[in-house]
Amino acid sequence: MNALTITDLSYAYPDGHRALSGVSLTVERGERVAILGPNGAGKTTLVLHLNGIMTATSGAVTVGDLPVVKANLTEIRRRVGLVFQDPDDQLFMPTVRQDVAFGPANLGVRDAELDERVNEALSAVDMLDVIDRAPHHLSGGQRRRVAVATVLAMRPDVLVLDEPSSNLDPQARREFAQLVLELGLTTLLVTHDLPYAFELCPRSVILDEGRIVADGPTRQLLADTELMRAHRLELPYGFSVTADSPTR
Amino acid sequence: MSGSHGRTAPHPHGHHHHVGDHHHEHRDGTRAVDDGPMQLGQAVRAMPAQVKLVAALGYVLTIVATPREAFWAFALHAAFVIVVAIVVGMPLATLRRRLVVEVPFVAFAVLLPIVGRAPRLDVGFVSLSQPGLWAAWNILAKGTLGVAVSALLTHTTSVVDLLAGLERLRMPASLVMIASFMVRYGEVLREESERMRVARLARGYDPRWFWQARAVATSAGSLFVRAYERGERVHLAMQSRGFTGRFPTSSRSDATTSQWLGALLLPIVGVTIAAVAWSVR
Repeated sequence: MNALTITDLSYAYPDGHRALSGVSLTVERGERVAILGPNGAGKTTLVLHLNGIMTATSGAVTVGDLPVVKANLTEIRRRVGLVFQDPDDQLFMPTVRQDVAFGPANLGVRDAELDERVNEALSAVDMLDVIDRAPHHLSGGQRRRVAVATVLAMRPDVLVLDEPSSNLDPQARREFAQLVLELGLTTLLVTHDLPYAFELCPRSVILDEGRIVADGPTRQLLADTELMRAHRLELPYGFSVTADSPTR
Repeated sequence: MSGSHGRTAPHPHGHHHHVGDHHHEHRDGTRAVDDGPMQLGQAVRAMPAQVKLVAALGYVLTIVATPREAFWAFALHAAFVIVVAIVVGMPLATLRRRLVVEVPFVAFAVLLPIVGRAPRLDVGFVSLSQPGLWAAWNILAKGTLGVAVSALLTHTTSVVDLLAGLERLRMPASLVMIASFMVRYGEVLREESERMRVARLARGYDPRWFWQARAVATSAGSLFVRAYERGERVHLAMQSRGFTGRFPTSSRSDATTSQWLGALLLPIVGVTIAAVAWSVR
């Protein structure tokens, strides 16, 4: 069974602006897929459809065997763990402990089991030692890891990371990549950080103007300079990917 | 993994279960018990916040109920507050510093004897209103003691615990949440406004006169817009983690009877002072 199936998804804002037009995508269990695209391509809109925050104008999203419809929203939001770009948006409780507990508590988990979930999630990101700290006292890298723990505590099937490398220093960036690989979850990486996508995701799709314009091995897409340039995606200066570059 | 992350000792805040940890464990397994006051201070720190909130509020009410003519009763209240401060290990210098928040009220109180009504009292060159003097004394004495009690409360209780305590006292969850958002995002907003201030300075803005404050006002406006947008994003993040408008409540950390009895010592002493003051009036 696929972890995620998006079928002919379209979304238009109330003012008529079409943010997504006929997006179809299947992600297999355990796969890591990068969603690449310039600013305004519809990446965030797509992500917000995955857990039913936004409702499709037409088309459908299915997580595992469960369609994203109102009746399933609690279970859908457990299955899809969304990590937002700015950890200060994600971490809104006064302490790390309370924040990580928020998701599972919404699912009805209480007391000892809740403590266990919190410990488990923070251990998974190696942040157990900051459990009683306030989020604003953490470094950027620590905040990012704790933000991931807040969704891990819900034991998700699919991890969705929105621009996870933004505001990370090079070391935190590498450590975070390591974490994503270690977690081994089905992962969607939404980014325009192309080297990061190359490092983490064997497969990529390019989203531009609300459509998927390419879907294939990341190496192959990044090596296609014409394609990349046509969609305002360029590797940073000094980087180059050829068809025989090594991948993970 | 991530071997370079500095490991620090677990943060001591926010626990109610660690009182015993502060004892020194001897090699042979016996415990060295700390001195009396130290130990009491830790016990107070370890009390669930709702107990301390009720005790502090109760005591402040008894202070307010004390008749203003009974100077000696306020001296007793003050002495008792100082004893409590010593017991919970709050340095008196810190306590005095915390009293500074009272200054605006002091300024108001100072006005009362000047603008108050007759009968007036001539002190040297100035004539002071007698009811005004009483009112000023009333505000000063009760205000100072009240602020001191809340300073004791915040010294022994972290903000996070206070919020949890309010929740356990059945304060509506949405109000507790709003307060906790203020705690969480106050710092974020302060940093944002600081960045905006630096950005203004970097472009040569150096306001000297009131009418040059326009840029500050504009910045305040855009700070509001930013805060509003952040609120929207936080709401999305909350929904993504299954939030449906009802806050999950934590029902743990109940207080023991002895903790309640210990904390209620404060209002009991207060009631006694106030009652005696009324009866000998």
